[in-house]
Amino acid sequence: MTAAEPGRGGPATGTTGRAPAPVPRVPAARRGETPSAGLDVLVAGPLTTVQDLGRPGYAAMGVPRSGAADAPSLGLANRLVGNPGTAAALELTFGGLTVRFRQAGLVALTGASGPMWLDDRPVGIHCAVPVRAGQVLSVGAPVSGLRGYLAVRGGVAVEPVLGSRSTDLLSGLGPPPVSAGQVLPVGTAVGAWPVDVVAPVRWLPSPEDLVVLRVRLGPRDDWFPPEALAHLTRDEFRVTGESNRVGMRLSGPELRRSDDHELPSEGMVPGAVQVPSGGRPVLFLADHPVTGGYPVVAVVVTEDVPLAAQCVPGQRVRFRAVR
Amino acid sequence: MGPSPTSTARDLVRATRPVGDSAFLVEVDSLDDVERLRRALAVSPLTGVTECVPAARTLLLRCADAGTDPASLLAELGEVEVPTSTPFAGGEELRVPVRYDGADLDVVAELTGLSGAEVVARHTAARYRVAFCGFAPGFGYLVGGDPALRVPRLPSPRLRVPAGAVAVADEFSAVYPRESPGGWRLLGRTRLPLWDARRDPPALLTPGTLVRFEEVAS
Repeated sequence: MTAAEPGRGGPATGTTGRAPAPVPRVPAARRGETPSAGLDVLVAGPLTTVQDLGRPGYAAMGVPRSGAADAPSLGLANRLVGNPGTAAALELTFGGLTVRFRQAGLVALTGASGPMWLDDRPVGIHCAVPVRAGQVLSVGAPVSGLRGYLAVRGGVAVEPVLGSRSTDLLSGLGPPPVSAGQVLPVGTAVGAWPVDVVAPVRWLPSPEDLVVLRVRLGPRDDWFPPEALAHLTRDEFRVTGESNRVGMRLSGPELRRSDDHELPSEGMVPGAVQVPSGGRPVLFLADHPVTGGYPVVAVVVTEDVPLAAQCVPGQRVRFRAVR
Repeated sequence: MGPSPTSTARDLVRATRPVGDSAFLVEVDSLDDVERLRRALAVSPLTGVTECVPAARTLLLRCADAGTDPASLLAELGEVEVPTSTPFAGGEELRVPVRYDGADLDVVAELTGLSGAEVVARHTAARYRVAFCGFAPGFGYLVGGDPALRVPRLPSPRLRVPAGAVAVADEFSAVYPRESPGGWRLLGRTRLPLWDARRDPPALLTPGTLVRFEEVAS
């Protein structure tokens, strides 16, 4: 994960701080564009991408599914602003986003919890927030969780690729990550006005919390000696900084294999705990490769994969084997 | 075992393994059996299976819901009728024009004990089939190549392989659909756009596609 290079164009503060980012006075029509429905990105944050439910059905062609790393949080954000579940929103990694609205709108931030400001006024998250044209919305760094989902009524209307607007960091499909100075188009609202204005909030871990993820052993647990499986299900691991939407690299006990023969490439799923020859497991997330040549010792249950996606670097993780 | 027009998947499947709570790996003996089963499942999809990902010795079946009953799914799988014909039969051939001026052509010649011209002759003589895709969108693992051209991957991958690079490694040939890192040995390059996200299907090389390489001057 790379943070924005400091001192290179644009305001470099406000990406991780707790105070609202300074608002640069950039005229909307600076680049000669006609202002239309959209969001001017003033500060992009460490990594902000457009995400929807991804590209299911293309795996046999080598196309990862991609989509929101924490899909339930995306769904909640869309519901709060009355979008269909298929609408695209922004996935913020470590917050840090500042946008100006070219038109009035309705937004909601879900997932990772942290402060949000409308102009300089703190506003609520996990609820729908009306915004007037010209207002500036800033999202601070989260205090719990890693990935926030900012939905705008009407959806983020970038051009879809293979039926999805998701940025896939592994294959490069979809729009590039959001950058300062760009205008994110907003679609026309089609759904009914939202019924829920406040949503139930799922527990998300604080950085110091121990996160327990349920796994089912296999499909290649028989490639590992009992000691390695004991390490996997009893010891603590830590999420390292070498983690992204493709996968979380974990430090902790090395999971040594029984032997060193090569595994013919086989299909992978999100939540798969793959163990390369070095013994340091990688937990696959949304942009995981469709096939892989290292054995998968266990797979996180579907329900817990979004929780894995909310673990920050340094987070302590344990795996609990379930049937 | 005498030839019969069809058999059932039960005869092909060596094992099935749950992958988490919503997918299964189906193991078979060979790349040909993967292709037979893939074709059969394309004709008669299993209830609740949303995605089928063929690979080297397995097919991954992904289900719509967590907690799909494995017993009934596997019973249904066992009954699927599988053609016994060769997976190279039928279908159109995709012809891929190649300029054989790749950076590793000489090394491949050296490793195989052939001349550069013989490497090209053998690479263009074979008839290939896309066994499975992976690594990148539209990157097909082509089987059917001349065993004499079997060479190991590069000890360390190149950071940049150009789009259209035609390469070999292990038992496979491939064409890099877009510029990417890559560890295969480069024989040449094609101008044929193998991947175009605006096209339907976006990939020219999908599992089961038959392929021939043709030498061209440029």
